[in-house]
This record gives sequence, C-alpha cells and structure tokens, in this order.
Amino acid sequence: MIIENSPVILSVQNLSAQVDGTQILNGLNLEIKAGEVHAIMGPNGSGKSTFSKVLAGHPDYQVTGGDVQFQGQSILEVAAEDRARSGIFLAFQYPLEIPGVTNIDFLRVAYNSKRKYHNLEELDTFDFEDLVNEKLQVVKMDADFLQRGVNEGFSGGEKKRNEILQMALLEPVLAILDETDSGLDIDALRIVSNGVNQLSRRDNAILLITHYQRLLDYIVPDYVHVMEGGRIILSGPKELALELEARGYDWVREEEFVEAAK
Amino acid sequence: MEMQLINSGLSADLVRPAGPVPTWLGQLHDRATAVLQELAPPTKRDEAWRFTDPAALYSLQLTKGKFQSVGIEHLLLPDSYQLVFVNGVYAPNLSKVPSQGVFVGSLEELPDRYPVQNYLGQQQGSAEFFTALNTAGVEGAAVVWVEAGVAIAQSIHLLFISAPAPDPIISQPRTLVVLETNAQATLVEQYAAPNRDCIPGEQSYFTNAVSEIYLGTKAKLQHAYIQREADTALLVAKTAVSQAAQSEYQGYSISLGGKLSRHNWEIYQTGAATTTNLNGLTMIKGEQLADTHSNIVLNFPEGKSQQLHKCVVDDQAAAVFNGRIFVGKQAQMTSAGQLSRNLLLSGKARVDTKPQLEIVADNVKCAHGATVSQLDEEEIFYLQSRGIDQASAVSLLVEAAVLEIVKQIPVPTLRQLLFRCMSCKTMFN
Repeated sequence: MIIENSPVILSVQNLSAQVDGTQILNGLNLEIKAGEVHAIMGPNGSGKSTFSKVLAGHPDYQVTGGDVQFQGQSILEVAAEDRARSGIFLAFQYPLEIPGVTNIDFLRVAYNSKRKYHNLEELDTFDFEDLVNEKLQVVKMDADFLQRGVNEGFSGGEKKRNEILQMALLEPVLAILDETDSGLDIDALRIVSNGVNQLSRRDNAILLITHYQRLLDYIVPDYVHVMEGGRIILSGPKELALELEARGYDWVREEEFVEAAK
Repeated sequence: MEMQLINSGLSADLVRPAGPVPTWLGQLHDRATAVLQELAPPTKRDEAWRFTDPAALYSLQLTKGKFQSVGIEHLLLPDSYQLVFVNGVYAPNLSKVPSQGVFVGSLEELPDRYPVQNYLGQQQGSAEFFTALNTAGVEGAAVVWVEAGVAIAQSIHLLFISAPAPDPIISQPRTLVVLETNAQATLVEQYAAPNRDCIPGEQSYFTNAVSEIYLGTKAKLQHAYIQREADTALLVAKTAVSQAAQSEYQGYSISLGGKLSRHNWEIYQTGAATTTNLNGLTMIKGEQLADTHSNIVLNFPEGKSQQLHKCVVDDQAAAVFNGRIFVGKQAQMTSAGQLSRNLLLSGKARVDTKPQLEIVADNVKCAHGATVSQLDEEEIFYLQSRGIDQASAVSLLVEAAVLEIVKQIPVPTLRQLLFRCMSCKTMFN
C-alpha cells in the first residue's frame, strides 16, 4: 500500500556492481518506502538476481559505484549476517539443501541470532517450537518438515514455502523475493502468495523479482519497474505489468529508444 | 641393500611385567618376545606407514606407566557398566561390573572355567610389531566374556585413561572380548586423557593398545572405539575382530585426539553369512595426524560388509584412510561396499585416502568410492543470509557432516559426551 509520508526503507543510488570482473549493474536507482510492494521485471540477464544478491551481501558480488541505504544507513560495508539481523531478507530462487542440519535447528539458530543482535533473550527449544508451529499456518506447512534436513528432498514448492516460513519467523523490514514463483504449480503459488500477503504490513516492504506477470495476480504491487542492462529503465503503476505481458520487453526497449531520441 | 637398524627403545625388556605371572601367560610373553625380535619397528619406508611417520615415537625415552589417581567423572557414561584402567593399570575401585552370565573385569580376576588361553594373543594378524610389543607385556587385561545366549542390555564401557606424568610413559591397554554363540553386547572402548575440555597436556606419551574380539555363531556386538587422547599423545591401537557364521558386528571408530594416532581395524571372517558394518570418523585440527587402516578379510560365502569413513580436517592437520577389503576364493556371494568421504576445512589440511579392494571370488558385489570436498560457499551464504554468522555457519555444516556417523552410535550418553568433546574442536557451542 502507498502511504503518504511513509519512511524510506531502501534507497538505491546509482548502484554499479560486478561479479568475476563482469559489470552487471550499471547505475541502478530505486526507492522503497514502508508499506509498499515493488516488483522488478525484466528479461533474463538483465541483472535482477544480481541486484537481489548485492542487497543481501553475497561476497562474490562487488559494488563498484553508488550506494545502498537501508533505513537511512549505508549497508555496503555491512556483512550479510548483520544485514539479515537488521531486517533484510532474501527468499532464494534456488534455496539450498543442507543435509544433516535439521530444519528446526536451522530456524532456531537463525531466529536466535536475530534476537541476540537486538539484545533480546534467546528462545529455548520449547518456546521456539510453539512459535514455529504457529508460523507454520502461514504457509500451511506440515510439522514433519521441521524434523527433516534443511530443504533436503523438498519439492520445488516445499522449498519456497520453507523460504516464506523463514520470512514469517524473521519478520523482515525488507523482504526480497527472487523468482519465488518459479517452479510453482498453481496451488503452491496461491499458498506462497497468501503467506506473503499475510506478512505484508504498514511498517515493512516487499520487493518482488519476477520474470512473469503471473505472480503479480496474487501479490499485487504498488509499483512495477522494468530492468534492462543492469538498471531500471521504466517505472509505473501495477498496470505496467499487464502491458509488459501483452507487448513483451522489446516494446520497452523501443519506448526507451524514443525517450532517448527526445 | 644395507639394512638400517632402528634403535626404537621399544623392546620386550621395557614392557615385561616385573612380578611373577602364571605359566601360560609367561609362555605367551616369550612367544611375543620372539616375534618382536624378528620384526623391525616400522618406518615411513614401509608401505603401510608411508603417510604416518612413526619416527617421533622412537626418539622418546619411555618408561612404563603407573597408576595415578585422576578425576574422570566427565568421561563416564552413567548408564553403562565400567572398567577403568589408568596408564594401563586396572583400577577396581573405579569400576562397576555385572555378575550374571557375563564376566567383565581384569584378567587376574577371570575364573578358571573360561578358556582364556584359547583366545588371548591368538587372533589373526598378531605377528605385527606393535601387537607383539603389547603381547610381550600383557598383565591386567580388560576381559569381557558373554556366555552363550546371554544378551547384556546395559552397555559396557572400557575406559583407558592416560594420566600425565613428568616423563614420557608407555601404556599398553589390552582387551579381550568373547561373545559366545548367540550372545549380545554393546561395548564402548574409550582412550582418553583426563584433562577436561580437551585442553592439550604438555608431556608426550605413548599408548599402544590391542583389542581382540571374538564373535561366536550368531553373536551380535555393537562396538565403539573412541580415541580422545591429549594433543601431545602418540597412539597405536589395534582392534582385531573375528566373526563366526551369521554373527553381526557394528563398529564405530572415532578418532579425535593425539598428535600422531593410528587405528588398525581388522575383521577376520571365520564362518559364512556374517554382517559387518564399519563407521569411522576422524576429526582433527592443528598439527594432528590421524591414520585409520581397516582390513576386512572375507574367506567365507555370503558375507555382507558396509563401511563409511569420514575425515574432517582443519588447519595443517593430516588424515589417512586406507581401507582394504579382501574377498577370497571361497567368499562367493559376498556383498561389500565402502565409502570414504572427506571434508577439508582449510587450504593446508590434507587427506590421503586409499580404497584397496582385492577380489579373488568371481560371484560378488563390491563397490567403493572416495570424495574430498570443502565446505560449500553457497551453503555458508545461505545461512549468513538468515543472520547466522560465518563461524557458526561453518560449525553447523561441520556438525552436520559428523552427525551422520555420531547419531548412529547406540549409546545416548556417549553421543552426548562426543558432542561436548567435538564442541571444543569446532567453534560451535
């Protein structure tokens, strides 16, 4: 929802970044305020996933210019774990399987890391179990999944539900969902979207990264941005997504060309 | 070729008991002494010791270890019977033992009705330098004897403590385990320094342990060998198991301590349709070297053998695994599998792993594999992106790797003990 005079959560200014010596982001600008849902769309290779990794602090990605401010503070020098603890959450496109680490242990260690960072008392095993059982409802997940290895042998849909469960527990200020719709059938998409919508509040923000318009039928964005060549070339209201779906990304490129010619 | 003589200082004179012993035991000592005189101490020129240079051992001026009173509460397993030895010397007042249908105690206490002479020092593979050195000095061995048809529900804990001494000492723990027909038991054999929290001791010492295990027809043994010596220790341990027809051996070998340690784990089939499961874990750091040499010898049909060995190596430590499986001509319909999985946590960590399958029989199913890997950086980032710092992320992943072995150990209190011990090996608490 768009709220007047709402505080800025994320401010990306002229951001450039590279991985393995290849420049991917080229002067990206974006501002997200509390309460808002933004969608970044764009063709493959436009830099969408790179942008999400840079925001989360992946060590392989080097920022070569510009700044990223989260709640008014630059986070470029902040380690990935501290970004997470202060409220940035990235739902992975391909969540990793970690055999041998049980899901519930992983969730508890993650949850308590955040509590500790905010000088709150850590939850013991029993209290945490109560909390997690309550959060399972958000994504209609079976408690059996808690005792399995992290994402071990989970289907694509189960992995994405597990991501949203983590989001529900960690209650991020900014949630970045990277291609969360990929590999989901229609039922799973509905459950995952429902979960995200339940977690959307006035004081947090959601950044959806998606290739297709389909997800946006379920999680309705306030703004849609089109990414191309490592920067945002067009922004508009939610209807922009429908236009993209109908006319393809080439249309934007032509529009941009016309813009530039003017 | 010129023979190089090694003055190892390891001779029968060093280890022979001072006091009088029964005639049969004296004869055993004499035979082992004769074997010892035939054999040269191994050096890194021997194929079996290529990666594990025992030279540091030969430079020590060793004296025989003596009993010493030490705090061992943190090493005990509350739900087990226990037999405690300190520096190779039996400590009866630290021990608690069962009585019915089973003997657990020191060799001197063993009633005459048990035919010990048919077993002690009689296992295959005994004509080897360190085994002969141990046999030449056998005094108060730990004996576990389970009579036919008896199943001991409570686990039996053999605890061999190395207590620090001002000078380098040699301790020679000796164990004899006999499970008669249809007998069942769970055995924990632990070698440990008494210092709490794995704080390295200062003085070097040498532990030379030999365990002979005899499984009768249809006998079942679960056996955990746990090595948690001080980081200054040198250790050579032998576990030699013979398996009669349809017997089952579930073995765990966990090596955590020692500056230089070697576990020789030998399985000899003496009947058909045996089941053998070996699970090994080596977890070392600093300058440690730990070597596990297993040798499964199958000479009867329809044996099943499965082995998983894991090494987790940090800093400049070095692990060695050599897994020999011999399938003789008579061992038709054998099914044998072996997997060696290794995790290197630093750029200088090293592992030498060698599967060694020798198959003569023609109708068998045998498979083996070996992997060496590092921690996956994407997994670490995934955990970091959930607020878990890098050190904890590494510990979680290492824990997951070792858990695969440790969680199978059938004694809950031992599992807990190992988690505590491993906690100070990793950064995880």
